[in-house]
Amino acid sequence: MASYFTEIKQLPPDPLFGLKARYTADPRSDKVDLGIGAYRDNNGKPWILPAVRGAEKKLIESPGYNHEYLGISGYEPFLTAAAEVILGANSRAISESAIVSQQSLSGTGALHLVAVFLNEFFAGNKTVYLSKPTWANHHSVFLSAGLKVDTYPYWDAENKKLDIEGFVSTIQNAPQGSIILLHPCAHNPTGLDPTPAEWNRILDAIAERKHLPIFDSAYQGFASGSLEKDAASIRTAIDSGKISSPIFVCQSFAKNVGMYGERVGALHVILPAGESAESKETLKSAIKSQLNKLTRSEISNPPAYGAKIVATVLTDPESRKQWEEDLVTMSSRIIKMRNELKLKLIGLGTPGTWDHITNQTGMFSFTGLTPDMAERLEKVHGVYLMSSGRASVAGLNDGNVDKVARAFDEVIRFCSKSKL
Amino acid sequence: MLRRSTRPFSVATRLAKWNEIPLAPPDKILGISEAFQKDTNSKKINLGVGAYRDNSGKPIVFPSVKKAETVLLEKETDKEYTGIIGSKKYQDSVRNFIFNNSGKDASGAQLIKEGRIVTAQTISGTGSLRVIADFLKRFNSAQNIIVPKPTWANHVAVFTDAGLSADFYAYYDKENNDLDFANLKKSISDAADESVILLHACCHNPTGMDLTPEQWEEVLAIIEQKKLFPLVDMAYQGFASGSPYKDIGLIRRLNELVQEGKIPTYALCQSFAKNMGLYGERTGSISIIAESGSQAKAIESQLKKLIRPMYSNPPIHGSRIVETIFSDENLLSEWLADLDSVVGRLNVVRDKLYQKLDKTNYNWDHLLKQRGMFIYTGLSAEQVIELREKYSVYATEDGRFSISGVNEHNVDYLADAINQVIKK
Repeated sequence: MASYFTEIKQLPPDPLFGLKARYTADPRSDKVDLGIGAYRDNNGKPWILPAVRGAEKKLIESPGYNHEYLGISGYEPFLTAAAEVILGANSRAISESAIVSQQSLSGTGALHLVAVFLNEFFAGNKTVYLSKPTWANHHSVFLSAGLKVDTYPYWDAENKKLDIEGFVSTIQNAPQGSIILLHPCAHNPTGLDPTPAEWNRILDAIAERKHLPIFDSAYQGFASGSLEKDAASIRTAIDSGKISSPIFVCQSFAKNVGMYGERVGALHVILPAGESAESKETLKSAIKSQLNKLTRSEISNPPAYGAKIVATVLTDPESRKQWEEDLVTMSSRIIKMRNELKLKLIGLGTPGTWDHITNQTGMFSFTGLTPDMAERLEKVHGVYLMSSGRASVAGLNDGNVDKVARAFDEVIRFCSKSKL
Repeated sequence: MLRRSTRPFSVATRLAKWNEIPLAPPDKILGISEAFQKDTNSKKINLGVGAYRDNSGKPIVFPSVKKAETVLLEKETDKEYTGIIGSKKYQDSVRNFIFNNSGKDASGAQLIKEGRIVTAQTISGTGSLRVIADFLKRFNSAQNIIVPKPTWANHVAVFTDAGLSADFYAYYDKENNDLDFANLKKSISDAADESVILLHACCHNPTGMDLTPEQWEEVLAIIEQKKLFPLVDMAYQGFASGSPYKDIGLIRRLNELVQEGKIPTYALCQSFAKNMGLYGERTGSISIIAESGSQAKAIESQLKKLIRPMYSNPPIHGSRIVETIFSDENLLSEWLADLDSVVGRLNVVRDKLYQKLDKTNYNWDHLLKQRGMFIYTGLSAEQVIELREKYSVYATEDGRFSISGVNEHNVDYLADAINQVIKK
């Protein structure tokens, strides 16, 4: 009898899922989950955005509602509105019609498409430079598509700030025509973003070395509450016209519309300024047809429901207004929690400096806690965060921030003492 | 690495081989839809689309699905990520629906009990085919698959893009508009041992012609003897008989053979696109039947590793509809009735069309043997083109007609058009 698959080894569970499983199994009633990558309201509950609820009702009750297949590129009203929200209505890319958009399975799906596409068609240095550290999945997205991966310095652990010199010099020293992955805002996992002046240095270095930038936009509007502010780095890169390479933008609506599980996202390929009209159209058709081909043999066509909801949220004036309010609700609650945690730690006289907690933006804070501190937090206090020290600020609320601050204080003092 | 370009002023062409990106050919079926949209003839008929249309030619939402969506709108409390391979509830619902078969499949129930069936939610049928293709590329000793000729237009691309080599086995006799069973057996017997073999569970796409239970026995005997790996694609469960519980004879038989140790393992790709009308929501699954419970756990962990960098996790709207329907007995029986009436309408128009076709010079009996959403007319490409140009009847040039585009209002017109084209 034939025996199949004998070489298959069972893999350890994803660390984040392991953390979640231990949290769920913990019987302590005052346990705190700072591992989750999804927004929680002030009661610690998941939150369906009022804008989304309204759009769902409108959609499902509309007379033409159906579940038909979308085209391979996706839902056109969604793609147009998505490009406009990330690039800005006055973008050069839009006025010059220099964009090819493909709906994707949220951010990961967009990154995967870029990876496979570049592996097939990019003639530069097929190495993707990722920030160190970066989102846990970035490495495997690019490696599994056949590209090489390298890193640029990002987090200066000693000073708990951005290592901008290391960042820029690595870009300058990378082989000409490399691929650089950038987090446009709310860097995951550190929450630390470059200032506008620092962005200029980064983009200049990319332009100078003729690198190809990929922006992974997962938190537009979620970081600051402002859609414009959180997209500024992308818009500068495109509108300044200094970057001679095509620019890839991977856009997810998981966090900012709170539609995590609906997998709504897009890939936008923006062609450089100065292409002749004829060559631009030829390129656009070719790129679109190849993205379609890749999509067709992996998923046939992208999921409809989430794209229709997001299209409604973006284009229906009432829903749009509600959404922009929802963004402020989420971002301001998170900013408030950052402040409270910092003030409480300062109040407790906890060893160390805590300005980085409020300098960071988005869902996460890179606390600077060490793996042994994280372990003790979990065991002794029932506070769960990644061993890297990444804490989801969305897990904090008025009811638990005091407990978390005291727990941080205890483990920091305990672990510092045991090292002496 | 930098290449010389014929267009030196374009930096893009210097840096990337943009100018070498060939224009990929457009999808054939979509091309037909576009031409149909542009046609101004009020009598035009679209027979290209593989989605259900009601008697007035409109898309429908199954009433049971609409109810499930209303329930979700009221009760859903989050839109959070599901697991990499979907929720446990979805996996259990699907596994129970297919392999326990409403309590009628003892072998399947035993496999579930032994923890030997890994089920993962996927991006509908295509996504499940792609995931199993990638999986087989990584872990199967054989790196080739044989598929029926003809088969669904996308099958070969899915497998070859994943790095498997694909070849055909004989299936259909175009001369006689019938299954080519003798050559089917012969070409399967001639395939390399341990090859992967793609089987359509029912309503073969595009021919609509399925094997009888007796013919399946003969094929399964060859599969056993040659140690082929059966990969079953089930896109139309319920469209043959009207009942999803009746259309899975092949699955029940495979489960028996697995229990008897005659076939060690197989895989099933399945979707709710057609039988729940969830087309665009991309709701389906892959199930792999492992040789042991521990192997099943290893396979599951590898599926997660494979899916995570592709798209992290599948979309929840469709899967929550499925979960809602399967966890409510009333909704479940409503869905079964919805499906039965959809299939009933297709059978009615199939019969009507058959009655109205001119049989003096053309044998149309194959129409009555074919099942599912399509009829495989046997018309030549020239005849299909003539139908399009003279009568605004749009179909793919292989002569496959989607019968869901036919209804009481256009069946006479369609039959006349076909009769005219055939007369020549």
